[in-house]
Amino acid sequence: MEFSYEVEGGNFAKAGNAASGVKKVLKQLNVDPKVIKRIVVALYEGEVNVVAHAYKGKVLVDIDTSRIYIRIEDEGPGIPDIDLAMQVGYSTASAMVREMGFGAGMGLPNMKRNADAIEISSKVGEGTVVELTTKLTS
Amino acid sequence: MASSIKIRKIAEVLDAQIVCGDSFIDHEVDYAFASDLMSDVLTLDSEQVVLITGLTNIQTVRTAEMADINCIVFVRGKRVTPEMIEVANENNTVLIECQYSMFKTIGLLHEVGVTPVY
Ligand SMILES: Nc1ncnc2c1ncn2[C@@H]1O[C@H](COP(=O)(O)OP(=O)(O)OP(=O)(O)O)[C@@H](O)[C@H]1O
Ligand SMILES: [Mg+2]
Repeated sequence: MEFSYEVEGGNFAKAGNAASGVKKVLKQLNVDPKVIKRIVVALYEGEVNVVAHAYKGKVLVDIDTSRIYIRIEDEGPGIPDIDLAMQVGYSTASAMVREMGFGAGMGLPNMKRNADAIEISSKVGEGTVVELTTKLTS
Repeated sequence: MASSIKIRKIAEVLDAQIVCGDSFIDHEVDYAFASDLMSDVLTLDSEQVVLITGLTNIQTVRTAEMADINCIVFVRGKRVTPEMIEVANENNTVLIECQYSMFKTIGLLHEVGVTPVY
């Protein structure tokens, strides 16, 4: 099963649309709520990162019987130092992002904690791709 | 060990207004967490949590949806918006508006035995 969502940079009102949609699908598939929570928290953090740090993006979701694969790709400034960005507390978030309740530098580490596998690639001045894979059985 | 409290009782203790999710106020929560930082809320592993926050925007309700939090108390007289109610209703989340400060709200809930997440 494959589907995709568009993500608009700067539009916090819509952040979470993809995670919300994926949550509904996984519930219907009777996936363990604990597993669902890990998956949608990671996806939501990824969506918020596109909204907070990039111009526009896309979420591609591929679900089969054993695992979910999520690809969050964006057009944006990219991440110059991924190891640094992965550190808890590192954030370049704007005042606006902080006002929305984000920008603590916790998203990427939290995505890593919640996904079975995370793959990040980025080109400065072009954009970022985050790939998350998680088993559907606990 | 957590001690459960009904959402209805939380509203009573706080002299607070239940804004939506009336049909779920007899559900119980085991733990409370207070933060204006959604990044923090998203790291919680506990279940049956009431979130106490001063941040009133749509992302607070979205965060609750993703983190399986079924009740949010908004402190300092902050008003929830119709968009927030819409998302909350979709996810069976109870939204409560409370006039008290964050500190007083937490104090009152602590007094009646609501347990911290950690
Ligand atoms: N999609 C992205 N495009 C460009 N930069 C990014 C992207 N995602 C993350 N970053 C960079 O990595 C930093 C750390 O990201 P992380 O998600 O851990 O924290 P944050 O988004 O700043 O705050 P939080 O996630 O706690 O709300 C960001 O501040 C930003 O500099
Ligand atoms: Mg982030």
